[in-house]
Formats: sequence, structure tokens, C-alpha cells
Amino acid sequence: MSRITLSNLAHSYLANPASDADFALKQMDHVWDDGGAYALLGASGCGKTTLLNIISGLVRPSQGRVLFGDRDVTDAETSARNIAQVFQFPVVYDTMTVRDNLAFPLRNRGMDAAYIARRVDQIARMIGMEDRLNRKARGLTADAKQKISLGRGMVREDVNAILFDEPLTVIDPHMKWELRTQLKDLHREFGHTMIYVTHDQTEALTFAQKVVVMHEGRVVQMGTPEELFETPAHTFVGYFIGSPGMNLLDAEITGSEAHLQGVSVPLGAVYGPTTGRTQIGIRPDYVTVSDEGLPFTVKRVEDVGRHRIVRAEFQGQPLSAILPEGSSVPADPRLGFAAGKINVYADDWRVQPTTVPGGA
Amino acid sequence: MEKTQNNKAWFLVLPVLVLVAFSAVLPLMTVVNYSVNDTFGNNEFFWTGLEWFEEMVTSDRLWDAFGRQMLFSGIILLIQIPLGIFIALNMPKSGFWASFCLVLMALPLLIPFNVVGTIWQIFGRVDIGLLGHTLAAMGIDYNYTNDPLDAWITVVVMDVWHWTSLVALLCYAGLQSIPQAYYQAARIDQATRWSVFRYIELPKMKGVLLIAILLRFMDSFMIYTEPFVVTGGGPGSATTFLSIDLAKMATGQFDLGPAAAFSLMYFLVILLISWVFYTVMVNMDREDAK
Repeated sequence: MSRITLSNLAHSYLANPASDADFALKQMDHVWDDGGAYALLGASGCGKTTLLNIISGLVRPSQGRVLFGDRDVTDAETSARNIAQVFQFPVVYDTMTVRDNLAFPLRNRGMDAAYIARRVDQIARMIGMEDRLNRKARGLTADAKQKISLGRGMVREDVNAILFDEPLTVIDPHMKWELRTQLKDLHREFGHTMIYVTHDQTEALTFAQKVVVMHEGRVVQMGTPEELFETPAHTFVGYFIGSPGMNLLDAEITGSEAHLQGVSVPLGAVYGPTTGRTQIGIRPDYVTVSDEGLPFTVKRVEDVGRHRIVRAEFQGQPLSAILPEGSSVPADPRLGFAAGKINVYADDWRVQPTTVPGGA
Repeated sequence: MEKTQNNKAWFLVLPVLVLVAFSAVLPLMTVVNYSVNDTFGNNEFFWTGLEWFEEMVTSDRLWDAFGRQMLFSGIILLIQIPLGIFIALNMPKSGFWASFCLVLMALPLLIPFNVVGTIWQIFGRVDIGLLGHTLAAMGIDYNYTNDPLDAWITVVVMDVWHWTSLVALLCYAGLQSIPQAYYQAARIDQATRWSVFRYIELPKMKGVLLIAILLRFMDSFMIYTEPFVVTGGGPGSATTFLSIDLAKMATGQFDLGPAAAFSLMYFLVILLISWVFYTVMVNMDREDAK
């Protein structure tokens, strides 16, 4: 087990990338701490799988280095990296029994038979397949096969990291929850570094201690679920995380106030001058709907069970607000923004406030 | 609900039935007719019953030819199947060289059988053939017209040259259908090259491989033209395989009765072996799914 460092890394699938757009992964430096449980979150096609395949050595990066601890493994073969990876779609060795499938990575490492038998039984119990160990893997259902793939990924105790590439796509919802819980238990028990790729934010937020959000080949933010929610570093994080996503409104910033077409909104912090397209971002959770505040138009109200979502228009821009349980939309609704919860963005990147007033 | 019973659709099969009757069933029945009669021409037939069959079953000549035939089919399967797999594994997977190899591999398959025979007949000649002359110049005593072993080697090498491509192309198609994820998973699992072949490539190739074996067996078991052109069945009867022997008997010696009995048994043997093979194939498939 070791810390994984990506240094100056970039990758393009083209032989001679000319512009930034040709890179599937833009240049990045990133460190995955030993024993961390990470979720790699992002829309389809943002480079998550590429990044994973570079770590496991299935893809060689066009530039930069990959380090396991202090060892440079950029040119090392996948098999030399001792790393486990579970793919989106099940891969099983058809002609082998379930038992042999699970034992395969251990046998390839030349472990002794008694240890293999013990370990395979343990893993079989974990994935709930101990009663089917002796049957052929061929002809099993897709989710049974994927459980075998997961089991094969977890069977080695000494791996440097376990990488999961949207592994639960083909698993049914009930089992999904259970397997995810087991992955967390496994992490707690053995402390493997785990990187879990997904485009499902619930999955990411429940699995990981740290979530890494990728957008168009870049890591735009790494943080705890709370950090991603409260202070998204990029507008993409703002709208990708949270349901519904963060509201973004064009504004001009002077000091501690944002000006929205003649209306001033206090920001709760002081900002320096901004350049480029300036927006303020506020979570629907922090937009209050009452009979005081700024005028806006309610388009519709969606009931999602625990709370209701108000879909509205404010100064010609779409806006969502969350209405807590028990409250209702007044006859002449007005909205307010919770001051400390507003983030400022210049060209999609978050602007740090110069001073934060004490106690705000 | 009452279903209308209408079996008129069967009439649609009639043309095929007629065609097959004329092209296969009737000629076959003629052979059956010859096999149970003796004739001296003039369409006069004398009933002999199973005499010809008895004569053929006890004929040393036939058993010798059968033995040579089995040996030949065995040898070429043992060479062509592994060699075909090996070539398929080493062919480029995509790009210009993949197409180039495919065309190159397909070439021998496009050459008419008797031309293949002629090519090797000349190629192997000691006086003017490139192969024969080169070997002779190197001091190797090679002469396929005198030496039975040289004749066998020539015929086997010619068949390998002619047909290994078929096995390779079939295997290549099987290999191409394996998703990349399997190879990636194997690398993650630290599988050796042998394990990748044994547990990924071979199982995925099994279907096409069985077809390749069946085709190659049937074809080689009926081989006639190429060895006939090269060696004419000789020296002596060293390369007289079943078909060649049959043709000698039927058109050379004009022994129509024995030849007909012979060909019927020949046909049944091929049918039997193919059926056994097919059954084994299907059973293996079923067992795997358990």
C-alpha cells in the first residue's frame, strides 16, 4: 500500500495533440493519500476512466509521472503495479468456476493453497455467493458476474490500491446499497486506498471521505462532501452536486455587495475586483421564500417527498429554491438569499473573499 | 380460437426437393444400384447382394488406404490447428498491416486445387523446381517421386500451405470478438500470457475452432486433387488416399461394383465421424453452461 502521486500528468489519445482540446486529461498534479477512500465524480466522458486506467497502467500517459510511494511506475506494466481494478461491465473467466475466478489473482501471485481457500471463502461470504462457489461462472446473471468481478478485485490483501470504475451500474438497487456498504466496511477493515469512479453523486457522497470532481479532463475540486456542497470551487461542482444544483446569477461585485440589475445583495464577505464573467452562486437550500424580499415569478412547485422544490424565474434567469416541509408559497412570494452562503465566481472559478467578517 | 389448418406451405419446399433429388438422391441411388449388382455393360445387371461390401470390408488394399487417410488427416490437423492459432494470435489487430495480412492469408485459399497441385509438383521437382533443386544443391537427398517419406512430406506441407490460412482466419475472427476489457482484467489479475490464452482466448475461440477442426477433417478426409496431381498416389501406393484409391478402382479398373460399395462406406464413415464430432461439440457446450 502506498501513496499515489500524479505529477505533471496529461493524456491525449491522439498521437500529436495540438491544442488543449485534444487532451482527454489536462495537465494535473494530484496526490491520493495512502488508505484514503476517494470518489471520482464527473459527467460521462470527462476523463475519469482515463485517469483510472493511467493509475492502473492500462494506459500510458502522454506526459507526466505516476508514483506509488517514491517508486516511479510510469513505465511499469499493470501486472507489476499490483493494483486491483473493477470495470463497469462484468468480466469473468467463463470456463472457470466461481471459486477459481476468485482465486485467480491469488494463484497468479503464487499464494499457498490453504491461504487461497480461506481468503476465497471470506470473499464469497462478502459478496453472498458462498453457495455457488463450485458452479461455472458462465451462464450466471449479469449482477452475479459483476459480484465475482468485485470479489476478484478485493481478494488480494496486499494491493497498492483498488480502483472501481462505475462498478455497480449493472447491479440492482437493493444489492447496490448492500455492496457499497460492504466496500466501506472493507475499507475500514483493511485500509486500502480506494478510488471509486461514478457519475452518481449519491454514490460518491456516501462512499467516500474525499470526493474528487472532474470536468472536461480537469480535476476541478477535491474535498469532503461538505466542502463540495458549501464552497464549490467551480460552477460545474455547484450544479453537478446537490439536487437541484446551485443557482448561478450574473452579477457585478463591489466590496461586500453583489449588484443584480439594480438590486443589491449582501455577500457576507468582502471581495476584491473581479475580471471576466462574474456570477454569484447560491444553493437552493439557502434561498428563502417568504412574503419579504426580492420579487420573482414562481413557475411551478415540485413535491419530492421530504421537501418541495420551487422552480422560478428571477430577473429573467432560472432559479430554484427548496421549501422546507410544512411551509408553503405565500400569495405574493418574495425571495431572500442567506448572506454567508453566497459564493462568487469569475469565469466559472470561485473567487476567494479578501476578508471574512468575524462571526459571520 | 379455432386455428385454420393449412399445410399448403409445404409446396414451397417442392422445388428444392426436386433439385436435391436430381443432384444428390438419384445419383446416390445409382451408386447404391451398382453396389448390389454386377454388370458387364449393356445395362445388364446381375444381383450380387452384399458381396461387394464383404469383399471391400475384407480388402487389405482398402484398409491400407483407410490407414493412410487417417494418418494424413491426423497429421494435418495436428499441424494446421496449432499453427493456425499461433498465426492468428500474432496477426496485427488493426490498421494497414491487419488488412495486408488478411489478404495475404486468403491468397492460398483462392487458388484452384489442381493449380495448387501443379505449383507444388513443379516446386518440388529436383531438375527444375526451386524447392527440389535447392534441397538437392544443399546435398539433401529429396525426391518425392521415388521416396515415400519425401512424397508424404511434400503432400503434407502442401496441404498446410493451402489450408492453414482457413484455420488462422477463423481463429482471427474469434479473437477479434473478444472485448478489450478481458485483456485489461487479465493484466490487473496479473495473469501470465499462457493464462490469458488458456482462460480467455481459447474459450472464446472454441466455437470457431471446432468448426475449423470439423471443416479441416472433412476436407482432408476427402482429399483428392492435390496429391493426385503431385504424386498420382505414389510412389507405389504410398500416398494413395481413399479418394484416389476409389477413383483408381472406379475409372481406372472399371470395377464399378466394388467401387460403389466402397464409396457408400466411405460416405458413411465421413457421416459417422462428423456426427460423433458434432455431438461431442454440442455436449461440451451444454456441459459448459451448467
